[in-house]
Amino acid sequence: MAVAAKTGNEAMAEAMRQINPDVVAAYPITPATEIVMIFAQFVADGLVDTEYVPVESEHSAMSACVGAASAGARVMTGTSSQGLAYMYEILPIAAALRLPIVMCEVNRAISGPINIHCDHSDTMAARDFGWIQMFSENAQEAYDNTLQAVRIAETVKLPTMATTDGFIISHCMERIETLEDDQVKDFIGEYKLTPSLLDIENPTTRGALDLQDYYFEHHVGVGEAMKGARSIIKSVAEDFNKKFGRKYDLIEGYKLEDAERVIVALGSTCGTLRAVIDELREKGAKVGLLKIRVFRPFPADEIAKALSNCRSVAVLDRVEPWSGVGSQTFVEVRSALFNLAKKPKLINYMYGLGGRDISLKELAGVYENLKKADSLQEVNYLGVGE
Amino acid sequence: MASLKDLANRKEGLSGGHRACIGCGATIVARQIMLASPDPVVVVSATGCLEVTTTIFPYSAWNVPFLHNAFENAAATLSGVEAAYNAFMRKGKIAKKINFIAFGGDGGTYDIGFQSLSGAMERGHNLLYVCYNNEAYMNTGVQRSGATPRGANTTTEPVGKVRQGKVKFQKDLTAIIAAHNIPFVGQSIVGNWADLTRKAEKAFATPGAKFINVLQPCRLGWAYKPEETAALGRLAADTCVWPLYEVEKGILKVTFKPREKKSIMDYIKKQDRFRHLTRPENAGLVAEIQAEIDRRWELLISKDGKQLY
Ligand SMILES: Cc1ncc(C[n+]2csc(CCOP(=O)(O)OP(=O)(O)O)c2C)c(N)n1
Ligand code: SF4
Repeated sequence: MAVAAKTGNEAMAEAMRQINPDVVAAYPITPATEIVMIFAQFVADGLVDTEYVPVESEHSAMSACVGAASAGARVMTGTSSQGLAYMYEILPIAAALRLPIVMCEVNRAISGPINIHCDHSDTMAARDFGWIQMFSENAQEAYDNTLQAVRIAETVKLPTMATTDGFIISHCMERIETLEDDQVKDFIGEYKLTPSLLDIENPTTRGALDLQDYYFEHHVGVGEAMKGARSIIKSVAEDFNKKFGRKYDLIEGYKLEDAERVIVALGSTCGTLRAVIDELREKGAKVGLLKIRVFRPFPADEIAKALSNCRSVAVLDRVEPWSGVGSQTFVEVRSALFNLAKKPKLINYMYGLGGRDISLKELAGVYENLKKADSLQEVNYLGVGE
Repeated sequence: MASLKDLANRKEGLSGGHRACIGCGATIVARQIMLASPDPVVVVSATGCLEVTTTIFPYSAWNVPFLHNAFENAAATLSGVEAAYNAFMRKGKIAKKINFIAFGGDGGTYDIGFQSLSGAMERGHNLLYVCYNNEAYMNTGVQRSGATPRGANTTTEPVGKVRQGKVKFQKDLTAIIAAHNIPFVGQSIVGNWADLTRKAEKAFATPGAKFINVLQPCRLGWAYKPEETAALGRLAADTCVWPLYEVEKGILKVTFKPREKKSIMDYIKKQDRFRHLTRPENAGLVAEIQAEIDRRWELLISKDGKQLY
């Protein structure tokens, strides 16, 4: 175990060095560029023996990842925003082919207009493409999630993205604890995909034309794998905790047990919320945080259970999906609560788009509003100007 | 070069029983290219007729490892396969020599897949990209592509009262790829197995990125009798509509010069996509097409034997 000061991007790049994947194919985009830049330096310095493919676009990056993973390689990439959007066409193909590609994704606003700062509109728009999605609260989690993503992807046989928040995590220096190289090696193990496309004695056809008679079944198969991913993600986290003493789960509660008012959030805002909750608790408020670490598969049962005894809940989402009915996490949390006999009052806050700061005061205001949630409208913006 | 007898004794990469049209030239291209490889091959195909007619799940006509990813990314996908192979070679996990082949139609190569192709060529992956060029998007019903010749009737640039099919001449993709300074680029035809085989053998023997553009008569889009595929291909070479040449280490070589250059009209008359060009009022357009073909041919001949890149 070593202690170091690292940005989120450095933490993810360091995890990649220790993973030492067979193939990395990537294309630069702010604020994820650094991950691959640092990794390219590892390649140039001979610190990894990865076949590094500096492609001409993200579309080709994901395409090359699909090719390499089909050949049986351990494959990684990194991207953000428009880069992820440019991969959208290939993301569900990677999932349908059951390829355990691991992506370091830095959450950033989607154009337009163009904006380089953090929100979750890129990752949320990719939520239905069959990728496991993990959100990180800080650089430590970015590092830990990247390592766990390898085990998860390869066990579930689904591609997995570990995400950080653009600039907030990707570029801020934090204290993190890294593992020894051989600890990582031991934790992720050897990867072997059988059968591989390179098995010329036993040729396989992949990505075939899949018409009415089988396409449906194949899609159901991916859906079942995603459902099954829940327990695998939990057991990988348990093993990680047992070996390295850091605890993870699909969701995480902070002062949740006796909380009457709960704020649900993802990513770096959870860190800010902990401070807000501490302050409010000192004043006697029964408030807690529910952090969603894993968004796909969606931990609906766990969320329903965690929220079943509280009175009101605010779901904070760093995205405005233009759906007319609130943001993605809100909609999914609401449906998770539907079968509860006694439901808390639920409200939605969309906040922080395009890198808009969220202040302690605003978050404390959310708690104030939760006390009069019955009189509030369901879907709200937080921190938006007139 | 392997004799016809040698080739006939090799194992076919593509078996019969696929769903391509009778007389389809695309499957001929795929078979002959694979037969020319002395080593095992791994194939990636772009979306298009070749892939769609050979892989209807749960059947497959491929006797070799085959991967289809999407329409425009065969070159990038194969880059990844080749990268994995290199990684395994370096780590001692694999030792066998394998040849990597990407097949793409003209749509997946000239148009939407152009970026991915150019990137893969520039990066110099050790692979062969083969464009089976039927001069339109056949899989989706004969729409124009950047490879469609001037005057051809397609569903997205059709013949009408004021327009006579495709307005512009096709781009010269072979030259564009040659300008990537890759070690081998060739242009060949269905109907001249020896020319195609020789070029493919050269490509397989050359390390680095290689590209072969094969004109492929298409039954549906060109509309001719199924038994005439090979003859029509040869006619394209005889009329110099589709010159056979290669650029090896930068030196251009014309590999077929017709003893007597045939008129473009001989070629036009054979195909329904050009039927409107046989009408007297289109004589001027035919003359223009002939002039452009002559110009391109003469330019090519003037470069024969010369170092281009
Ligand atoms: C991104 C995308 N756009 C459009 C299509 C629809 N599409 C599938 S195959 C094809 C045309 C293929 O034409 P070509 O590459 O010339 O091959 P051919 O069918 O002639 O063999 C098109 C337009 C697609 N699959 N993906
Ligand atoms: S439409 Fe043309 S290219 Fe497609 S299968 Fe038929 S003949 Fe072959």
